[in-house]
Amino acid sequence: MTVLSIQNLNVTFSTEGGDLHALKDVSFEVPERRIVGIVGESGCGKSTLINAILGLLADNGRVSGGEMMFQGRDLSRLSPREMTALRGPQIATVFQDPMGALNPVISVGRQMTNIQYRSGLSKAEKAERAVAMLRRVRIPDPEAALARFPHQFSGGMKQRIAIAMALMMEPALLIADEPTTALDATLEVATIELLQELQAQIGCSVLFISHHLGVIAELCEDVVVMYAGEVVERGTTRQVFNSSRHPYTERLLDCDPARQSSRTRHLPTIPGEIPDLRARPPGCIFAPRCHRRAPVCDTPPPEETVQSGHVARCHMVTP
Amino acid sequence: MILSVRDLQVSFPVGRLMSRSAILGVAGVSFDIAAGETFALVGESGSGKTTLARAVNLLQPISAGEITFDGKRIDGLRGADTKPLRREMAMMFQDPVGSLSPRMQVRDIVTEPFRVHGVEADLRAEADRLLSLVGLSGDFANRFPHQLSGGQARRVGVARAIALNPKLIIADEPTAGLDVSVQGEVLNLLNELRERLGLAMLIITHNLHVVHHVADRMAVMYLGRFVETGETEAIFQAPAHPYTAALLSANPEPDPDKAKDRISLPAEVPSLLARPTGCEFHTRCPWAQARCRTEAPAAQGTDRRIACHFPLSPGARPPAFKETAP
Repeated sequence: MTVLSIQNLNVTFSTEGGDLHALKDVSFEVPERRIVGIVGESGCGKSTLINAILGLLADNGRVSGGEMMFQGRDLSRLSPREMTALRGPQIATVFQDPMGALNPVISVGRQMTNIQYRSGLSKAEKAERAVAMLRRVRIPDPEAALARFPHQFSGGMKQRIAIAMALMMEPALLIADEPTTALDATLEVATIELLQELQAQIGCSVLFISHHLGVIAELCEDVVVMYAGEVVERGTTRQVFNSSRHPYTERLLDCDPARQSSRTRHLPTIPGEIPDLRARPPGCIFAPRCHRRAPVCDTPPPEETVQSGHVARCHMVTP
Repeated sequence: MILSVRDLQVSFPVGRLMSRSAILGVAGVSFDIAAGETFALVGESGSGKTTLARAVNLLQPISAGEITFDGKRIDGLRGADTKPLRREMAMMFQDPVGSLSPRMQVRDIVTEPFRVHGVEADLRAEADRLLSLVGLSGDFANRFPHQLSGGQARRVGVARAIALNPKLIIADEPTAGLDVSVQGEVLNLLNELRERLGLAMLIITHNLHVVHHVADRMAVMYLGRFVETGETEAIFQAPAHPYTAALLSANPEPDPDKAKDRISLPAEVPSLLARPTGCEFHTRCPWAQARCRTEAPAAQGTDRRIACHFPLSPGARPPAFKETAP
């Protein structure tokens, strides 16, 4: 079963300088009970993608093609009211900044009972569920924590509270947008382990967005690599990390200093910049920076299947 | 030695008039940086890295200790007396775009040090020279900071820092917020300039993989103290302090098949207002023993200094750990 299926999604923003094609023909699936990672650098369209899924695109943005099927319904065709009903109970989100996700002037307990307004439970039951959830994310002394305010918790604890709130309604899909980026290394690892554990217990699917290749490799079962608004490669994490076929994925992996086993004074880089998305080149979007560029790259690249489930959008893929 | 720091302390007052006390942001650290050497400060948020860097650059008053720069004591300098020092010791601040004035063109930003210090020079030629040193073409001179990408803004920051040929550059998180493909560029640039201009560098970062590739020596900070200092390569080969070992193991690597040999730390970082007794790391240390709770360890060693009662042997694994409430 597939929880979320995105097919040929296109998103366009109207800007003063013309239409900006932020997502182009994005396709991937989030199967049931799986953790899918989306990885890419700034400007690759990660945030636009989740805003499109959540129906939260800015006023000048619109879904200009394709579909996003969530449990049999196309999200791009739902009314704002229907989307509101879906966000929270069905599709929950954890954002990068936990402080921004929690209301600073309302106690954690009240925020956690407020979000259960649809559950029809009594006040005592709601409080009980809040305590149970805080215990699951390992907040010490959860009963007392209910009376405290967000600023009384450390950054790592705040993010765990945000995760607890997102998962309290047992959603079918959790979207986690760089949830560990603001945390220190030791806390980052603890948060990833916690997410993994809760996902298995609740049985939801997770769409995990990150620019951190190490975190993706550790947490995700499938991975989607994005560049300049396009999916350049996708497959299982092993397929993509161990036998990447798209030149961008290869270069990106090379750039991670953690991949350099021996010490070097000269780190690899990807020269050049992301092209202007208002004027997309007709051919491969990565061609101007590609080390394997050939004349054929000036035509649109096909989606080549490398192996079952492993797809790269590149002319130069050899199966 | 271009820079020698001895028993440096920085304290911040807390509380109201009647209950005034102080917390130690930097609680007595000593280190040296030789000419042409790169020294890295590593630690998590709140460990005192930035405070230490600001204290060294006299942006933050110190409460005890000595700072010697290029053979002269500088910790007593105040006000206008610090100005000549800033020619020799340049600072690169954390936020690459935020540390550039949004209303100035790149040309004026990189040549501002000449005006501030009253150095006679052909500013136009200097701007071109500095921009080409950091690998930016001449047309960047007329741009404003908002027209730069993060990596380009960082290069402008580097150009400004090296404008007056300093002896030491202090770089606070030079790669934070940059994409991995750009991060390498900035680090390569710093390395290249260091070799070409013989600069010494103090790099502050929380990214250990970065440290491995750029720093000659490093210090790991925890709650304002150095828990381990030494040659970078040696520390990466065999971390001896449990905190260093945990930090090294905590960095997820982009390899799905890699065995997850992880030392996970329970509990949160203690508050500076209530420092733990004994070894301050004992509340999170998987190896902690009775002695660690009562007796503070003194840093042992000369080249390699370790503040731990029970330094780890290479490849040590944590003892079976009883789950305590974090």
